[in-house]
Amino acid sequence: MAPSEIKIEKGPAGSLRLNLVGEWKLGNGIPAADSVLAGLDAGEKISGLCFDSGRLLGWDSALLIFLVKLFAICQQGGIAVDQSGLPAGVRKLVELASPDNQRSGVTRGTKRPPFLERVADAAFDQLRGFTEMLAFIGEVTLAFGKMLRGRADFRRLDLFVTIQETGAQALPIVTLISLLVGMIFAFIAAIQLKLFGAQIYVADVVGIGMVRVMGAIMTGIIMSGRTGAAFAAQLGTMQVNEEIDALETLGLSPVEFLVLPRMLALMLMMPLLCVYSDLMGVLGGMIVGVGMLDLGVMEYVHQTRAALNLTHFFVGMFHCFVFGILIAISGCLRGLQCERSASAVGYAATSAVVTGIVSIVVATLIITLSCEVLGI
Amino acid sequence: MNEPASVKDAIIDVRGLEMSYGSFVLMRDLNFTINRGDIFIIMGGSGCGKSTLLKHLVGLKRPASGQIIYNGSSYWESAPEEQERLKRRFGTLFQSGALWSSMTLGENVAMPLEQYTDLPPAIIRELVSFKLSLVGLGGFEDFYPAEISGGMKKRAGLARAMSLDPDLLFFDEPSAGLDPISARLLDDLIIELSESLGTTVVVVTHELASIFAIGTNSVFLDPEVKTMTACGDPKQLLKESPDPKVINFLTRGAGAQQR
Repeated sequence: MAPSEIKIEKGPAGSLRLNLVGEWKLGNGIPAADSVLAGLDAGEKISGLCFDSGRLLGWDSALLIFLVKLFAICQQGGIAVDQSGLPAGVRKLVELASPDNQRSGVTRGTKRPPFLERVADAAFDQLRGFTEMLAFIGEVTLAFGKMLRGRADFRRLDLFVTIQETGAQALPIVTLISLLVGMIFAFIAAIQLKLFGAQIYVADVVGIGMVRVMGAIMTGIIMSGRTGAAFAAQLGTMQVNEEIDALETLGLSPVEFLVLPRMLALMLMMPLLCVYSDLMGVLGGMIVGVGMLDLGVMEYVHQTRAALNLTHFFVGMFHCFVFGILIAISGCLRGLQCERSASAVGYAATSAVVTGIVSIVVATLIITLSCEVLGI
Repeated sequence: MNEPASVKDAIIDVRGLEMSYGSFVLMRDLNFTINRGDIFIIMGGSGCGKSTLLKHLVGLKRPASGQIIYNGSSYWESAPEEQERLKRRFGTLFQSGALWSSMTLGENVAMPLEQYTDLPPAIIRELVSFKLSLVGLGGFEDFYPAEISGGMKKRAGLARAMSLDPDLLFFDEPSAGLDPISARLLDDLIIELSESLGTTVVVVTHELASIFAIGTNSVFLDPEVKTMTACGDPKQLLKESPDPKVINFLTRGAGAQQR
């Protein structure tokens, strides 16, 4: 490729003729626009600029950005530019890109606000997030009340599909995790209890631990990662595609139509999953107890039944019922708060899981403390 | 290259192309040539496979049979590196812009430049601002796609498609969803780009106004016989085509009564 070159000829009365020579293409070393005039400015007054493109072999955007910059400099310096020597295509494109053809006043300042302002903004954002959450919980409560009176609008099919997704389809992962957690529990307990020859009490530890709280927490965390994130991604994508707006223009409340079936499904399915998880946890404990601690199967079952009572069982189910509501609310809230871009959907899913898990842990603490105080 | 003289200025040569989804054949026996500097229109009623044909031309979909030849080399018979090199000479504008929503307009336009060239960042910034100015979006570098209107998204998509100074620009329904004035402006822009830069443009559209305003060559797809039934300058086709379906399409159905 012939290199791009610029040859400057001085004409009469301070006018300049720029000869564009060679191939003006990207990656070909284009001269800087400001250097053209800078070299001459000393003492000389330039009144006009014209071009000769007779020896121009080829051009692309490189020439265009050079000219746009040069013209801007000329305009600042009050130098008249005669474009007639440029190829017609170049003239047209430079004209299209000229500032007169742009909307004015849109450029954004990239200035960073001062530190304190950013801190305050972040604090206000948190506050706004909190009020939004409260408003959302309020809306969900109202919608729930409406549903109890049988007047909420949602498709029954949605409810059943969500029940299937959050119930039956979650069984494999709940099985795996609960079984393993039960086994881990048994291992940890066995190490200590073996010292006293009290291996049989492994059944008590695993039974009470799983049924009262761990089954519920594990189910909650699994469902938060699995279902909470899915809710947020679904609703977030609907937000991006303006599907939520479409519902609202039909007069359908997104909270009733989308949030309610999801919350209902989780409220119904979570306690059932919890029972299943308890059972799997106990089974995991039994595998360790029978396989490693030489306990008999019936012995283990009897010990577990003696350790457990219905109170433990209901406390566990209550945990899971509450977790179901929390997961549904955090998933749907983050989904509905989603902004309109692909990365916002990812952020909504992440945020739903974080919110879900944090609220599960906090709720567990509150329920455990309450049980302690109430002597349950 | 030892090409015959008639094929010399052909930038795309489609030979015996058959398009299908699985066993469902959409179109067969497509033979046409797109010459350098053409504004080539792919027209036909809804669902006839216009967009699918475009997907074949940009190398997104593999033909069921037949060849698509760019500058003398068959796309699907080339090595993957060669395909990549060919694709870099294409710019595609999708129906709704298909801007990457988590990037600003400036980042969208800069991305192909950053990936495929080793230009310094300052030049890239100037190029981005110039390309956006070309489509009338100067100053919108820091806006996100969600913050601008549909027509602006389309124009920003065009700026991105043009970022590498492509030889070939593909447009999928450029005027769909635009108001008549914006659609007209976009048509003018297409003509200016084609004339000034010598870019070859392939447009899928069924907007008659656009077809006659910009088209210098075209192909008409007929879904009933599953092949192309006309080929040539749309203005010429309107006058001379013997096929009543083509006339009917080009006159918005008025041709049937006239003839």
